[in-house]
Amino acid sequence: MSKNLNAIQIADKVYWVGAIDWGVRNIHGYTTDRGTTYNAYLVMDDKITLFDTVKKEFEDEFLSRIASIVNPEKIDYIISNHSEPDHSEVLPEIIKAVKPEKVFASVMGKKALNAIYHDLNMEITAVKDGEELGLGSKTVKFMETRMLHWPDSMFSYLVEDKVLLTQDAFGMHLASSERFGEELPWGVLKTHVSGYYANIITPYSSHVAKLFEKIDTSGLEVSIVAPDHGPVWRNMDNFRKVLSLYKKWSARKLDEKIVIVYDTMWGSTEKMANHIEDGARSSDVSVEMMPLYSFERSMIALEMLDASAVIVGAPTLNNNIFPSLADVLTYIKGLKFKTPYGAVFGSYGWSGEGNNLLREYLVSIGVEIVDEIKSKYVPDDKVKEECFLLGQAVANKVKEFIKNQ
Amino acid sequence: MNKYVCDVCGYVYDPEIGDPDNGVSPGTTFEDIPDDWICPTCAAGSESFSPAS
Ligand SMILES: Cc1cc2nc3c(=O)[nH]c(=O)nc-3n(C[C@H](O)[C@H](O)[C@H](O)COP(=O)(O)O)c2cc1C
Ligand SMILES: [Fe+2]
Ligand SMILES: [Fe+2]
Repeated sequence: MSKNLNAIQIADKVYWVGAIDWGVRNIHGYTTDRGTTYNAYLVMDDKITLFDTVKKEFEDEFLSRIASIVNPEKIDYIISNHSEPDHSEVLPEIIKAVKPEKVFASVMGKKALNAIYHDLNMEITAVKDGEELGLGSKTVKFMETRMLHWPDSMFSYLVEDKVLLTQDAFGMHLASSERFGEELPWGVLKTHVSGYYANIITPYSSHVAKLFEKIDTSGLEVSIVAPDHGPVWRNMDNFRKVLSLYKKWSARKLDEKIVIVYDTMWGSTEKMANHIEDGARSSDVSVEMMPLYSFERSMIALEMLDASAVIVGAPTLNNNIFPSLADVLTYIKGLKFKTPYGAVFGSYGWSGEGNNLLREYLVSIGVEIVDEIKSKYVPDDKVKEECFLLGQAVANKVKEFIKNQ
Repeated sequence: MNKYVCDVCGYVYDPEIGDPDNGVSPGTTFEDIPDDWICPTCAAGSESFSPAS
């Protein structure tokens, strides 16, 4: 067996037995430009217990990692913290092959697993928030975290070792040979933690905020945080940084930053974008330029996470907005960002519906429109000047907002 | 009797159905739901619900 198919110890009798997916580039519409990992954990106590499984194509890799520690048939308990297929697809096969004594999931998890797999051949045991399960020398305490980001999401806490298994929360889509956060540069971790939160957790920010209240009041001590994707947090200095980012994002704290999202057919809308950018920068606000011929929706989401304004531009195409904008705006709407300010712009030739449609979209997601500019074909000097001023106007709103935040 | 939608997960509370699994019998208006009732899907409190349009 090759070396990289071994289990990796993360705590006393606790092992990582997941799989590394170097090649995946799209997970439910989220571009995973550096792949991902599907983490699963094995606890070698009196009751040999497996937490979560992996995607179907990684069954062999997963089983050989388990086999490097113990014959998989010896597994007594399986605990499903999150029923989404990337963590459960191997469950039906494992149940068939291993015949575990029990499979546990949250109340919602039991329902979800039965609705996803109709032939589990096993009654799932539902556990409640706060319930404890003895494994021998170790105790698992369950913590419901519903809608982070599925109705059944649950944390499992290994009481004696202070290990918190957090399913998708605090994770990231990043394939790497390193299993621990401290082995990777902070900048890399931050980018991927941000992308993950922006694209997956944002709509449930109010639940994240409540979860922190609950953790703060319960005085839960944690020395290792083991999510279902990406590295394990063992260095608590790094994890505290992640925690403070989660606190910032869940409280919807924003930065002095504008995102300009646009597409262009013959360059006119792009010229407008460049003058808007100039205007915003002249007011000393940071700007991310995101032309959709090069950026896709998950990168826009990543930058939207802490932006205080979004300026959206598209040319009119067949009486409609450009399709790439429709894609991104639909995606952004679902993620429920709370961006206070925005503006729209675009070039057109004859009917010019683009701006109206963009504006309606932004208004429907609660953005206050600061200004709006249309250019018939190529922007002339007057339009360029208007664009510059629009950039300044939005930047001033942003500065005011940040001052009062 | 008005329906209410959970702002977090989209669950719809229909007073004609109630939430019998969690002790709210059919016919209970949203206003009459117990204070400690939470969304059966995502556990948000009743303050996270808006009237369905
Ligand atoms: C990121 C994400 C968000 C989702 N949001 C919702 C949702 O808001 N409401 C819902 O009913 N289901 C939601 N789902 C669940 C999917 O609709 C469900 O898994 C469905 O079975 C997927 O169908 P498919 O297998 O054809 O992709 C979501 C799934 C994912 C991955
Ligand atoms: Fe997930
Ligand atoms: Fe996942």
